[in-house]
Amino acid sequence: MGTQNEKGVSDTDALKDKRHSRTVENVIHGIFLACGVIVIGFVLAISIYLVVSGIPAIVKIGFGKFIFGTEWASTAADPKFGILPFILSSVYGTCGAVIIGVPIGLFTAVFLAKVASPKAAKVIREAVNLLAGIPSVIYGLVGMIVLVPAIQKMFKLSNGSTLLAAIVVLAIMILPSIINVSDTALQAVPREYEEGSLALGATEIETYFKVDLKAASSGVAAAIVLGIGRAIGEAMAIIMVSGNVANMPGLLKPVRTLSTAIVSEMSYAAYGSLQREALFSVGLVLFVFIMIINVILNMLIKRGSES
Amino acid sequence: MDVTDLNLWYGEKHALHGVSMKISEHRITALIGPSGCGKSTFLRSLNRMNDLVEGCKITGKVVYQDKNIYDPDVDVTGLRKRIGMVFQKANPFPMSIYDNIAYGPRIHGIKNKAKLDEIVEQSLKDAAIWDEVKDRLKSSALGMSGGQQQRLCIARALAVHPDILLMDESTSALDPISTGKIEELAVKLKENYTVIMVTHNMQQAVRISDDCAFFLLGDLIEFSSTDKMFSKPDDKRTEDYITGRFG
Repeated sequence: MGTQNEKGVSDTDALKDKRHSRTVENVIHGIFLACGVIVIGFVLAISIYLVVSGIPAIVKIGFGKFIFGTEWASTAADPKFGILPFILSSVYGTCGAVIIGVPIGLFTAVFLAKVASPKAAKVIREAVNLLAGIPSVIYGLVGMIVLVPAIQKMFKLSNGSTLLAAIVVLAIMILPSIINVSDTALQAVPREYEEGSLALGATEIETYFKVDLKAASSGVAAAIVLGIGRAIGEAMAIIMVSGNVANMPGLLKPVRTLSTAIVSEMSYAAYGSLQREALFSVGLVLFVFIMIINVILNMLIKRGSES
Repeated sequence: MDVTDLNLWYGEKHALHGVSMKISEHRITALIGPSGCGKSTFLRSLNRMNDLVEGCKITGKVVYQDKNIYDPDVDVTGLRKRIGMVFQKANPFPMSIYDNIAYGPRIHGIKNKAKLDEIVEQSLKDAAIWDEVKDRLKSSALGMSGGQQQRLCIARALAVHPDILLMDESTSALDPISTGKIEELAVKLKENYTVIMVTHNMQQAVRISDDCAFFLLGDLIEFSSTDKMFSKPDDKRTEDYITGRFG
């Protein structure tokens, strides 16, 4: 009927075409929906799997003994499963990285957003993006070859693979997230705020730190939390520079974090053994940490968009 | 304040052509003219806010207290402390009302809490907004109405004790009641301060200014007392503008 040129028929053709395209529309909508559902499915599946497989070992070992136990000897004749060394190593490592990385990252962001000439800012932003794209195994490798021997020499240790090395590597790794997010937040500060401050006789530096950073504070906080999330979850780079010994942590001692504990023992933990189950529990603990960090991040972002 | 042969370029654009003007103390001087005539540019060159604009070049002299403010040895922050500015759009910082007012004094080194309290209270009283905000000094300034925000900005400018207050169309975004309050305030402020204001609103210039300057396309066409300008303007173009023939 499409070939007929009678007016009435071509009208119905037009209507039919529309109906046809609506089917296509519906199909595509369906595909989008399915993709969304799959993503939610992954999140749910991982969460449920972690909880289900992580709980038994905690129950068997005892919550207090597991979380607050200071000794981890998973393959000993009388095995001990205390993960406090891992928790503290992760927390110390992350805090150390934040203490070093946040000031450097923030100053860089202020420089990029406010001080640098457009040309310089462009070059530095490129470099920061490149830093973000380097795989963590490369960070680990460079840390192993450069940083570990340097620490060994500087502190006259038998081995430079220490918490300190992990902190330095993590501090560099979290720089891109801190710089990028704070840079964006600082750029979004209205020019009027700066003018108001300068017109009161404040210098430009005073304005950047007392007005811009304050106005961008929720974005800056989000940047820091993002950095924390990245640092606490990192495994590959840390395992290469931290010595991987299940000690209670010290700055110049080899350490094992939550993430590296899983990586280093999973490959030889026997199926069905308590060791294997306990590693799942370590994963659950790490997961809970990340969840808390994410909740904080979302709260900060929400607060930022409200004001 | 004595301005002599002030020329200003934004890149290639010659925005002010040899403007000379003697601004008297304790009076309100209004700068009027159609959009793009250079009146805001002129105002912003009186406290060197144009320094912040990329590619801005200035020649000529602005003498204030026997000193050309464009001399290389001038302390620009000190200058801006003495010549305060209120902008077209109210721009309170995203902080509490108290911290907004205390910002300037703190920048200039006042740390004593009692002294700061006193400055905050006095500045808010001078800006005729104390009664409205005294019970919520700790709440965010961004929760105030537009008119209150603008008076807060005036209070913030007063808190560093300037001699001169520059107002850049500070009522153009406000409703008539808030505008009236700020006009009243400006008249009151001239007892202690010199006020220079840019305005789009000719009735406003008539209502509150003592002297008036008419700008057109970067030229200062006429500068005289407001009474004279609005009764017997010297220049035909001034007359055309104030009688509403263009602009």
